[in-house]
Amino acid sequence: MIEALQFEFMRNALLAGLLVSVACGVIGTLVVVNRLVFLAGGIAHSAYGGIGLALFLGLPYLVGTLGVALLAALIMAVVSLKARHRSDTIIGVIWAVGMAAGIILVDLTPGYNVDLMGFLFGSILTVPRSDLWQMLVICLAQVIIVVYYYNDFLAMSYDSEFARLRNIPVGWLYFLLLGMIALSVVIIIRVVGLILVIALLTMPPYIAEKYTRSLAAMMALSTALSCLFTTTGLALAYWLDLTSGATIILVAAAGFLISMAVQRLRIRH
Amino acid sequence: MNDKVIDIRDLWFSYNGQPVLTNVNFKVARGEFMAIIGPNGGGKTTLLKLMLGLLEPDRGKIRILGLSPRQAVNRIGYVPQNVHINRNFPISVLDVVLMGRLGMGSRSKRHSPAHRAAARQALERLEMWSFHRRHIGELSGGQLQKVFIARALVTEPEILFLDEPTASVDTKGQGDLYTLLQELNQTITILLVSHDVMALSRHIKSVACVNRNVLFHDAAELTEEMVDMAYPCPVDIIAHGLPHRVLPTHEDG
Repeated sequence: MIEALQFEFMRNALLAGLLVSVACGVIGTLVVVNRLVFLAGGIAHSAYGGIGLALFLGLPYLVGTLGVALLAALIMAVVSLKARHRSDTIIGVIWAVGMAAGIILVDLTPGYNVDLMGFLFGSILTVPRSDLWQMLVICLAQVIIVVYYYNDFLAMSYDSEFARLRNIPVGWLYFLLLGMIALSVVIIIRVVGLILVIALLTMPPYIAEKYTRSLAAMMALSTALSCLFTTTGLALAYWLDLTSGATIILVAAAGFLISMAVQRLRIRH
Repeated sequence: MNDKVIDIRDLWFSYNGQPVLTNVNFKVARGEFMAIIGPNGGGKTTLLKLMLGLLEPDRGKIRILGLSPRQAVNRIGYVPQNVHINRNFPISVLDVVLMGRLGMGSRSKRHSPAHRAAARQALERLEMWSFHRRHIGELSGGQLQKVFIARALVTEPEILFLDEPTASVDTKGQGDLYTLLQELNQTITILLVSHDVMALSRHIKSVACVNRNVLFHDAAELTEEMVDMAYPCPVDIIAHGLPHRVLPTHEDG
């Protein structure tokens, strides 16, 4: 790994992996404890519609994806607050329509072909320096927001009805959270693809939840686990000449299985 | 001096076009220890949520301590039904109790020494301080219920609402809980939603039966009218574990 770091693209990939880990650890924890995994998946997939739209209209990539992801998040937030029992259906619809619209818009754009695999699994080895700065700014903003609203997010996630009784602005926090999910998803997809976003948003927090007694500790532990998985995955991908995004996911899955086995043994003894 | 801490007049509430509560008039005196009974879906929890300001009535007036529910909410302690609470959630006993103090004072003062002292006092009162660092998943149903009561008491409320507090508590734990509530009742007005009025009857002072309407009885016993109204009742109320006794249906005049 050390010799590999003499290449700038490897250094960038490593930094991207670490930054993604912070976003995934902090936001992923909130996604898992609020049971928003399906919703996060919906936002991530519908973002493909934004890629198609950006290409078709000749807009910058970020404008298209961010616009569509935030719009999808907004619709999902309104639906899940107003009609909770139908929200999973609506999320499924937005998920499918967003992706389909993206593919059709790419079809309709003359002379341009976007690699769907790149969208699914990303290309962590080709992350440019400018993307790292974007990710750094967004990660910092998210950490600051979560630290400022920590107790409010804690109360909302644990018992939202009681939080409302204590005058916590639960509705506003919910919109804020979905907005942050959309933002993380968009930035991270560019680097590691949407499958890895879902994997890193869910697996490390799920493992961390079993070993922690506070939301902050869960965030810290899942960030550390994400760092471990992305770094190990990158190293393995380098040595064995494998696709990096997919390797990282399988490393995370191995960690997930080991944690489940340890958990079972602990209960038995 | 007005000693009615709760005063509800001509209250109507419907959910999705279905009337849940109709023409409810209901008063509670200070120092009361009241059981709220009635069939499932009869509107017990809805009535609590209306009094907490979590739901808005279609019509009618609710005054709590002479204020609107929203204004009075910091003077009410609320112990929700805990069946929906995620017990894997990474949170310690102390952090659950501290949640009760959120929204009191400014942001920067949150979890200040004063709040921690209040949380400690509430936990000590319930003999749960020794558990304060534990993860909530390690507690029994009865211990968890005490933690929720501590969270409700940490604001030093004048009224305490409990929704099915004994649902996940064993028989001995239930007895302890009722004894505890009786002690708290020396200073706090208590309203308790329950199925099991028999186990409660030694402790409570009065009963209200909710089934679209509210019937109030100023003694710890069921009137025939209440039994009629609550029909078909949960088995616990009428026969206490025996097969359901069939009662004559009450015809509206």
